[in-house]
Amino acid sequence: MATRIPMSFTINGDRYEMELPPQRTLLELLRDELGLTGTKESCGAGICGACTVLVDGQPVSSCIKMAFQVKGREITTIEGLAPGGQLDPLQEAFVRHGAIQCGYCTPGMIIIAKGLLLQNPYPSEEEIYEAVGSNICRCTGYVKIVEAVRAVARGER
Amino acid sequence: MAARFVGARIKRREDRRLITGEGAYVADLARPGMVHAAILRSPYARARIRAVDLTAARQSPGVLLALAFEDLQPAGPLPLPVPHPALKAAQEFPLAPGMVHYVGEPVAVVVAEERYAAEDALDLIRVEYEPLPPVVDPERALAADAPLVHEELGTNVAAHLEQETGDVERAFREADHVFRERFRVLRGSGQSIEARAVLAAYDPLLQALTVWSSTQTPHLIRRGLAPLLNLTEAQIRIIAPDVGGGFGSKGVFYPEEFLVPFLAIRLGRPVKWVEDRREHLQTAIQERGQVHEVEVAVRRDGRILAVRDRFVADQGAYTPWGIVVPVLTATMVPGPYKIPNYRFEVTVVYTNTVPSAPVRGAGRPQAVFVMERMVDRVARELGLDPAEVRFRNFIPPHEFPYVVGLRSRDGRLQTYDSGNYPEGLTRALRLIGYEEVRKEQERLRAEARYLGVGMACCVEATGLGPHEGATVRVDPSGRVYLYTGASPQGQGHETMLAQVCADALGVELEEITVVTGDTAGIPQGTGTFASRIATVAANAVTAAATEVRARALRAGAYLLEARVEDLDLISGRVQVRGVPEKGVPLGQVARVAAGAVPGPGSPMPEGVETSLEATSYFTPAQAAYASGTHAAVVEVDVETGMVKVLKYGAIHDCGRMINPMIVEGQVCGGVAHGIGNALLEEPVYDGSGQLLTSTFMDYLLPSAAEVPEILLDHVETLSPLNPLGVKGAGEGGTIPAPAAIAAAVEDALAPFGVRITEVPLSPERLRRLISRGERAQDGGRG
Repeated sequence: MATRIPMSFTINGDRYEMELPPQRTLLELLRDELGLTGTKESCGAGICGACTVLVDGQPVSSCIKMAFQVKGREITTIEGLAPGGQLDPLQEAFVRHGAIQCGYCTPGMIIIAKGLLLQNPYPSEEEIYEAVGSNICRCTGYVKIVEAVRAVARGER
Repeated sequence: MAARFVGARIKRREDRRLITGEGAYVADLARPGMVHAAILRSPYARARIRAVDLTAARQSPGVLLALAFEDLQPAGPLPLPVPHPALKAAQEFPLAPGMVHYVGEPVAVVVAEERYAAEDALDLIRVEYEPLPPVVDPERALAADAPLVHEELGTNVAAHLEQETGDVERAFREADHVFRERFRVLRGSGQSIEARAVLAAYDPLLQALTVWSSTQTPHLIRRGLAPLLNLTEAQIRIIAPDVGGGFGSKGVFYPEEFLVPFLAIRLGRPVKWVEDRREHLQTAIQERGQVHEVEVAVRRDGRILAVRDRFVADQGAYTPWGIVVPVLTATMVPGPYKIPNYRFEVTVVYTNTVPSAPVRGAGRPQAVFVMERMVDRVARELGLDPAEVRFRNFIPPHEFPYVVGLRSRDGRLQTYDSGNYPEGLTRALRLIGYEEVRKEQERLRAEARYLGVGMACCVEATGLGPHEGATVRVDPSGRVYLYTGASPQGQGHETMLAQVCADALGVELEEITVVTGDTAGIPQGTGTFASRIATVAANAVTAAATEVRARALRAGAYLLEARVEDLDLISGRVQVRGVPEKGVPLGQVARVAAGAVPGPGSPMPEGVETSLEATSYFTPAQAAYASGTHAAVVEVDVETGMVKVLKYGAIHDCGRMINPMIVEGQVCGGVAHGIGNALLEEPVYDGSGQLLTSTFMDYLLPSAAEVPEILLDHVETLSPLNPLGVKGAGEGGTIPAPAAIAAAVEDALAPFGVRITEVPLSPERLRRLISRGERAQDGGRG
């Protein structure tokens, strides 16, 4: 059997200790090892943002991040946004504003917006566009996604 | 019944699972004992396969199976669901038999315990190819000495069609002006954010195959698969779970739809195949590629008397949807205009590229591009405002139903059911503030900033047949189940159809469970394409729910000892009209219909039908014609060739809107796709047929930076063709967008004399046009 490296992570508040082959990506760790399939793969090249998760609060493309690169860090996925079923204001705003269609880019979109608001609770219009603009959505034309993020940034609950 | 839910902005019931990561797409599913398939694809656009050696791959660790064409026998050609008398169809096989016809065509397949092992084993397969010169350019494919894509056909022409209405020759003779132009629309693709995926499991005990496929058409997949696998349709269940976008790219019976179930049966283990983005870019169907030579005959007041359009349509290597795309283009060229004389001639040609089939818009963006560009040309030549030329040529609102004079895609006389095109344009111009934009344009030109405004109108055949159905069933618990073959990929069918059902039946939204995308739910289905679901499926839901309501009232009459005429069904209770306390919940009524009351051994109560359920299929006699008018304001940076869309107004007429929030989402998303077609998206092939755009780094999709705030308004002309009065909304956002943006760019660059006859307008292409214009001006001054 190939080499396995011991690693530990905190994922959505839970601590994991495991041994993983060095080629395991963060996305594979989440989806294949832990069954956290809310994080999606689309372009596989770190361009589209469907696989975005937070690493210590910073948005990261998990498809091009190796698991060992984030050992010891705190990772938040879409499954971790609503602890105990209490939805994050962003999740509610996405529904209210009609910002979801097929839903495949949605976890990445919500996470990148979460990353933005964590670092910058009062983002400018430009900063919202910049955050949303780093992920790709094919269904919505972005209009309602931007609306939803703006609404939360402006304090709508 | 009064509409409580139809027409309301109801929040989507799908969203809860999608915002929490609980959506279940095919790649998210697992079955016990599941193994993984990977596919070896042709690196050549055209080559003979001399030999395939699978020995090393089969010995690779973890590999269970490695197969090439010979190992599939007997595996007949893939289905051709849309035949056409004029079509010379080439047979497509799940794995290439002896020849490959485009880069990416499947040659061999490997199944292994892990996907890594399967992918690694692909590298061990030795294929001996004899590369042959390919034909990539559709016009070149018509040359006498062009290589043949399918030698057995003896020609690269897949089909040639002509049609004429009126007397075109005469109109050209009598016209004041004749204008000619050549247009090129380049290819584009769907690029759903979820690529394709198939998971199949065969149960030998039940002799039943279950396939989870990221498809738009589960029932069509079942229909195609049964004869290939020598199973009955009853033995096959196709489930399209959550599907991450389709846009036409998932409406095709691909080789993998056969391969994965075949492998699962062969191995006796569940097999999963998940496409990666490179594969999707290389092999998912594309569309749009056409070259048009158009002439218009015009009166001096701007009235268009006749149009003559000859075009070549790039079909790629196969015809998975027949020649639907070029037929749609050809018949939609006249669009919203009253053009008494029209002739088209289309030659559909095979090339060594990815097969062409409908992508959101389906041939109509090209038709609109050609026609609207010509209308702009007429305006320019005659010194008229482009809006004015449109107003002068529109079919007047009082002339519906309007007979265009052509046979449409379905073979029937093309007849527009309803519309109000002048109203659409008036509102579109108001949305963007046309007059003010013109003033602003003037002012900015003095500062050497180039603002432009463009508009485009379209008519779109939506809600096509043959049918879509719905089963509505009331469970003895009182819960209402709605099953339909209308399988969604993000359009919110669960919510929209629940709204329709709740109104027609008389229950609350929360009482309804909607099951889509499962062939076990309803015997027949067609699928989601051609903006058809709100028209075809929703009217089937109305019919089925209305029948269930009638049955519930009759069973309720027995329970309440009342006359049927005195009963009503409101909020899930059958009650005496005006005496709400005298009523019974629907579940109790369902128990009567189930035979639970009075009970086994007793006769059914008189007048009560067995089972509180009904299935209904809506079979539209013809298309319902939606329409749209878009207006775009752009600024062009003449130094870089970059185009910024500053303002975008979209008017859409899809008849009655069942859920305006969902319609708005459809239109905005469609516009973004159209902006991609206008400015960014282009699959680029080199001369040897290699796709140069095989990542999202090269094939550019619009991001939030390229899509402006989209201003929306709606014209509602109800369709007289169905009880709900609806028309489709799925593609209208995309269709006019490339034409509107091209017009705006040309308008912006009027000082340079730039003519836009080709999309997409990459900065590089635009810079070339601008510098040619600058040189011409310098020359003129020089």
